[in-house]
Amino acid sequence: MAAVQDGPMELDAEKEAKPEILSDGTSNLSGNTASGTLSSSPLTAAPAGGAPKMEDQQTLIAVLQFLKRNKLSESVEILRREAGLGEHQEGSQATDGSGGGKGDGDGGDANSLLSRVSITSAAAPQSMPVKKDQPDVSVVLSAYSQQGDPPLYQVYYSGLKNFIESVLDCHRAELSQLFYPLFVHMYLELVYNNHETEAKAFFDKFSGDQECYYQDDLHILCGLTKKEHLKGNEVLLDFRTSRFVLHISRDSYQLLKRHLQERHNNQIWNIIQEHLYIDIFDGMPRSKSQIDSMSGSLAGEAKREVNKAKVFYGLLKEPEIEVPLDDEDDEAENEEGKPKKKKTKKDSLGSKSKKQDPNAPQQNRIPLPELKDSDKLDKIMYMKESTKRIRLGPENLPSICFYTFLNAFQGLTAVDFTDDSSLLAGGFADSTVRVWSVTPKKLRKVKSAGELNVIEKESDDVLERIMDEKTASESKILHGHSGPVYGVSFSPDRNYLLSSSEDGTVRLWSLQTFTCLVGYKGHNYPVWDTHFSPFGYYFVSGGHDRVARLWATDHYQPLRIFAGHLADVTCTRFHPNSNYVATGSTDRTVRLWDVLNANCVRILTGHKGPIHSLAFSPNGKFLASGSTDGRVLLWDIGHGLMIGELKGHTDTIYALKFSRDGEILASGSMDNTVRLWDSMKAFDEVETDDFTATTGHIHLPDNSQELLLGMYHSKSTPVTHLHFTRRNLLLAAGAYNSQ
Amino acid sequence: SSSQSGMTEREERRFAEVPRESIKLMAESSGVELSEEVAALLAEDVCYRLREATQNSSQFMRHAKRRKLSVEDLNRALRWSNTETICGYGAQDALPFRPLKEGELFFVEDREINLVELALATNIPKGCAETMVRVHVSYLDGKGNLEPQGTVPTAVQSLSEDLLKYYQQITRAILGEDPHLMKVALLDLQSNSKIAALLPYFVYVISGVKSVSHDLDQLNRLLHMVKSLVQNPYLYLGSYVRSLVSSVMYCILEPLAASINPLNDHWTLRDYAALLLSHIFWTHGDLVSGLYHQILLSLQKVLSDPVRPLCSHYGAVVGLHALGWKAVERVLYPHLPAYWANLQAVLDDYSVSNAQVKADGHKVYGAILVAVERLLKMKALSLTLAAEGSGAGLPGTTTGAVGFRENSPGLSPPPEPLSEPPLGIASHLQAGGAGCPWEEWTPVSLPAMYCELYSFFGDSLAVRFSTGPPLGGATPPGPCQPLEGRKEPASSAPNLENTRKMPQLTASMNISPRRDGSPRSPLSSSSRPGRSTSQSRDIFPKARFPLPQAGPPAFSFIIGGRQMGRRCQGRRFQTSFTPTPPLTTHPPRAYAHKLPVIGRVSKPVRRWTCSHYSLHLPL
Repeated sequence: MAAVQDGPMELDAEKEAKPEILSDGTSNLSGNTASGTLSSSPLTAAPAGGAPKMEDQQTLIAVLQFLKRNKLSESVEILRREAGLGEHQEGSQATDGSGGGKGDGDGGDANSLLSRVSITSAAAPQSMPVKKDQPDVSVVLSAYSQQGDPPLYQVYYSGLKNFIESVLDCHRAELSQLFYPLFVHMYLELVYNNHETEAKAFFDKFSGDQECYYQDDLHILCGLTKKEHLKGNEVLLDFRTSRFVLHISRDSYQLLKRHLQERHNNQIWNIIQEHLYIDIFDGMPRSKSQIDSMSGSLAGEAKREVNKAKVFYGLLKEPEIEVPLDDEDDEAENEEGKPKKKKTKKDSLGSKSKKQDPNAPQQNRIPLPELKDSDKLDKIMYMKESTKRIRLGPENLPSICFYTFLNAFQGLTAVDFTDDSSLLAGGFADSTVRVWSVTPKKLRKVKSAGELNVIEKESDDVLERIMDEKTASESKILHGHSGPVYGVSFSPDRNYLLSSSEDGTVRLWSLQTFTCLVGYKGHNYPVWDTHFSPFGYYFVSGGHDRVARLWATDHYQPLRIFAGHLADVTCTRFHPNSNYVATGSTDRTVRLWDVLNANCVRILTGHKGPIHSLAFSPNGKFLASGSTDGRVLLWDIGHGLMIGELKGHTDTIYALKFSRDGEILASGSMDNTVRLWDSMKAFDEVETDDFTATTGHIHLPDNSQELLLGMYHSKSTPVTHLHFTRRNLLLAAGAYNSQ
Repeated sequence: SSSQSGMTEREERRFAEVPRESIKLMAESSGVELSEEVAALLAEDVCYRLREATQNSSQFMRHAKRRKLSVEDLNRALRWSNTETICGYGAQDALPFRPLKEGELFFVEDREINLVELALATNIPKGCAETMVRVHVSYLDGKGNLEPQGTVPTAVQSLSEDLLKYYQQITRAILGEDPHLMKVALLDLQSNSKIAALLPYFVYVISGVKSVSHDLDQLNRLLHMVKSLVQNPYLYLGSYVRSLVSSVMYCILEPLAASINPLNDHWTLRDYAALLLSHIFWTHGDLVSGLYHQILLSLQKVLSDPVRPLCSHYGAVVGLHALGWKAVERVLYPHLPAYWANLQAVLDDYSVSNAQVKADGHKVYGAILVAVERLLKMKALSLTLAAEGSGAGLPGTTTGAVGFRENSPGLSPPPEPLSEPPLGIASHLQAGGAGCPWEEWTPVSLPAMYCELYSFFGDSLAVRFSTGPPLGGATPPGPCQPLEGRKEPASSAPNLENTRKMPQLTASMNISPRRDGSPRSPLSSSSRPGRSTSQSRDIFPKARFPLPQAGPPAFSFIIGGRQMGRRCQGRRFQTSFTPTPPLTTHPPRAYAHKLPVIGRVSKPVRRWTCSHYSLHLPL
């Protein structure tokens, strides 16, 4: 249960070393953890309207089945009598039931997969609110069990198809959204009811009509032809349990409804009622391109109400720090030991942020650790550096330095730079994490306890004396994980490093001793990414178990669980004000979570592939996300709108970063290029009038070519990470690929 | 069932399929009899599970930021779905997928591996270069590539297509028939800056001398290849020097198959190889410590082995001669009394059956004569220089050597290195000789040496000094002819002050037509004196030249050559001989084991790893 402690002594030492961080504010947070988590489930399985009678009957039949299977024949009789169910109805059910039973007998694998699902939910009950509501998968699936005549499915579907193709253009685009979810549900229904031949015929006939961005899903779908397979497939279970969300204008919806009622096409209507959620809006129907830009995710678009919550995207007020006014750097270094001695003017940056941003959260909305002296020194250094910052723009592009990992035969999987660009960390597939010093300053360990005892603690250079000069080296290797390291993140104060791995743990490493301090267990499945809060102390992780978790470094259990993604959480990022967390997922959505209450406050759809990179703009207003389809999407967090699409990359985008002032967005990809985009222009050109804000229907200008400021090739090195130094020099990192 | 088979066919278009026959076979192999229907169902399920595992594994690939799905990815997916993993397919290399001739069967070749051999293997690959990070400025202000990303130091540098093509063309041209093409190829090999990766391959080709010892022409071409490689200023030969030296030594010393036929002019080849040897040594000797002594030992061993044919002895003599007068003094001179008896016997046998051997003997005789002549001249010179040069009295050879080296032009720059290779070797000897236990060797005084040599050669030695006060025309042509040829016009004022002050004077002089590259020139120069001296032995009366009894003989020389080139200057003090290796002499054959194996880690790579990169960037 407890955290992994490879070196318990070190852990203790560490705790003693930083008591002031640990004590403040945590109790406040951990108090409301549980409630926040549980209330966060955005998915409700209860149908909105539907046919309650049908549903009841269906449940009854499921119960009957259950009783029968357990040989409780008397109860079966009683129930049947009371419910007034005919023998024939139940009989048709029985065949289904036996089919399922046979499947259980045959496919041992299906069972094991199934049990895995339930194990997951048992092991992490908080993380699986959806599954918790449906303990028995067969009950979930039984929704499919009593539908109409299999051979007629093609007729139903093509009937609807003919109708949609015949309506006016403006409605056709909207109603065409129905094709994909209907197609999938009907296919699954056929498969579930053991109509394998019909299912295959149905698939062959209509799969070609679907939008190309659903290809990956269709590929999975077409391999699935047996009921037993269905039970083990989590993606499709998700498809079943979550309701596919469509935005359709009232006019189009009326048209559809009228048609279905006229034709008595109950089959289609039932599916719409049960498995789809149609978000009806008043106003102009959307155009095809508008629809296409927003669709593509596993569960359709986001319900509008989800994105209505207020998001405090503003930045927190900078703490006031007395900056010694000295122009010469060497003088500053003299002052480092006692920064407060010299009372002088306040720095301009500090005074600028004095005015409270109306969009900013309250300063103490999330308890943040107090600044240590060393943090204040670092802030001062930061301010000094930023005065020397190069102002970037379309006419003034950054220089790029490429850090190439050579001989990384074991596979480079993750990279991170410290904010001051002094350290570089790489995660590798051979379970190691390596840290390099990027400055001439070598990496040194703290001396051993015995040696530390003999040091005079009062001396001025005690911080220098505690370091063991013998251990100085350019790089250090951290061993501890037992699987590939998929994410690394430095703490802002450069004292810690986080790494997340396939072994299901996140580890916290000390960069003083270069040992592991804590192993955070909880995900139980591969942890794909982790990221430190910009203020330290908190961090977020996301993994294969489809949830993201918020942790504090001194708690071995998560403080918050962000559950709602329908597939793996592939990347996680903290908002600059530390009040929100953004996650990208294989379900092709980006979600924004409130750290305070673990609520999902934004669901951003539009990506057509798994999302592998996220970046907040420095002002906190915008979010950029990159996916396997090679597109970068830009989002306005306040309005929850997509405001830009940057096309150009030809492979997965693994790295995104805004320049320090936010004028330029850099993207790095597997296609061995770094591209620079004019983010200012992209943000400025957005029409953010009230109408678009309320409807969420935006006309995206197709201006990727205009926004692209530069494209830079590496020789044969995929770009894994990007980082802007404090002076706006762009650092890129990746492993040379010799093939 | 028929509908099912129809479905299977349709399915096959979408996915790879495990046929039910395979399922049945597998079941049979574990002793289970399956009905057709069960096999079909199982086959379909297996396919589905495989697809599922593949789909799940792709996420591991994506997160590892790779494009290529690996076996490890699939195993991870299997492990997470509680399925046994597949072992034994983790190798990085592609597995060859091969068809079986009989029947339509395809399989992955899976050779048996002898684990014992693998475990006890001593050649543990050191190829795993360390993971490192290197930084370079790719784009400055968003414009243009500043510098190319550079080559990657890998343990085994893979050859690019272009390099491979170059290698083939060059070797073909050099070993081919067309002399013009050969010339072009050699010239390129000498000046191309991008062929470092090919060096081991060329060295390997050159080590093929052992297999073409019957073909003088090929041997010649290979030696030329050595010369070009050695002269290429962009190549770092490193430990390959050893291999090159061993190939060259082979040509000098071995009784080549080609020398069986007296019509074959293998003498020229030996002369050329000897010059080449000294050149390699002079320009690259510092790369391998102890090389000089190893070479001397090899030469000495051949010389002192009476069983060896005379052509081998000849090779040893010219080799010593090429290495410099110090080498002659230390190896040839002490051996001369013992060797003389044998040689004399050969030369005195006038029987017809001995005619060929006798002719060979004359060759050796000539070579020795030339060598000792130079020895005497140089020794005399060094002594006079020492006596006159610095009053700061380091005694004997040391001063002489130093003085000599300082005054002598030493090495000429690479383009014409063969002209005076032996010059300056004294310094090396000096360094190596310090604390060298391999032979108790005490320098013999010049007059004593002259006396002894005179007792062997008589007037044929004397005539070389007496008949020609060092006027160029009078000097008999010898292998050092290029050297002496140079001084011709200046020789009117051959005093030492001049020499000291104007070593460069000779540099501007006419140089007799340079023939360093061609094997013909050493032939004409070295074989002729051999013949002529053997004749002159009988012609000149013995007592015509008075023996100098005391004091340094008043020989005077002009030092030919040119000012020391920059490159050579840099090398002057580089050679440091570690205490010489134990006396066990290595025959050149011993090098065979040290030949470069293609693909083995070589030294330069190591050097790179430790130093030549930096992460530091002025940010």
